Amino acid sequence: MITTKNQTGIKAEPGKQELFITREFEAPRELVFKAFTDPDLIVRWLGPRDLKMRIDKYDCRNGGAYRYIHTDPAGNDYGFHGVIHDVTAPERVIQTFEFEGLPESGHVTLETTRFEALPNNRTRVTVQSVFQSVADRDGMLQSGMERGVNDSHQRLDELFEAEEIK
Amino acid sequence: MLTYKFVSNHLHINIIQMRRDVFQAIADPTRRDIINLIAFKPMNLNAIADNFDVSRPAISQHIKILTECGLIAIKKQGRERYCEPRLKQLDEVARWVERYRKVWEEKFDALDDLLEELKNNDKPLK
Repeated sequence: MITTKNQTGIKAEPGKQELFITREFEAPRELVFKAFTDPDLIVRWLGPRDLKMRIDKYDCRNGGAYRYIHTDPAGNDYGFHGVIHDVTAPERVIQTFEFEGLPESGHVTLETTRFEALPNNRTRVTVQSVFQSVADRDGMLQSGMERGVNDSHQRLDELFEAEEIK
Repeated sequence: MLTYKFVSNHLHINIIQMRRDVFQAIADPTRRDIINLIAFKPMNLNAIADNFDVSRPAISQHIKILTECGLIAIKKQGRERYCEPRLKQLDEVARWVERYRKVWEEKFDALDDLLEELKNNDKPLK
């Protein structure tokens, strides 16, 4: 039984081409790894709540490839694809990622997902995304704007976790 | 596994054009130091420049960029020109990160539920 929710951390330092997403889970590493790499399980959590997700292919092994599609209520499709560079179960997956809906193709991200076993059968997941340029990364961050979440107070410390602006 | 959120392409580009300036402004370490320096106390150009090893024209250039993207404002007081912080702009930057974080929070909450279900399931997975 989970009593308090684990926090999702985003670290995106100004001027860098990368960002990090971190989150801990109340489950052993093998299970979390499986939830990230088994298409039957991925489809149950990776899609946004308001969109339908379907997996075209998801071959999670060295040299494999994946493609999945989100469909909005109006029937618009948004595709994502990439190749799996390296799978080291249950600790690491390295893959590329590209959103097919951008005005031009070729804006590819390199993603490394690490699964770290913690005491008491818990797991820490860290996703490092490396973009081709600072502008690509910032554009990605800004695209989150569209969610329309009505949060009025934010904390700068997430953005500047290792920085100094107060 | 990052999921872009789907602004229409056109809108997406416009937003990037519009907003990139603040990111560029704070991408430079000297400019971040300048913002820190004046965050609680407006200072004139010379006083700011005294805190850095780089030349006064270089500091002047940084301040020009910070002014152009609205992170600082120049106030005249007699002969002196003081730089004042305008940090509201940075809230905008933080808001993008916060919304992006919320997108992931939603997915991971769903994953929490799935993991609970899998843990309680005696049958082998799949």
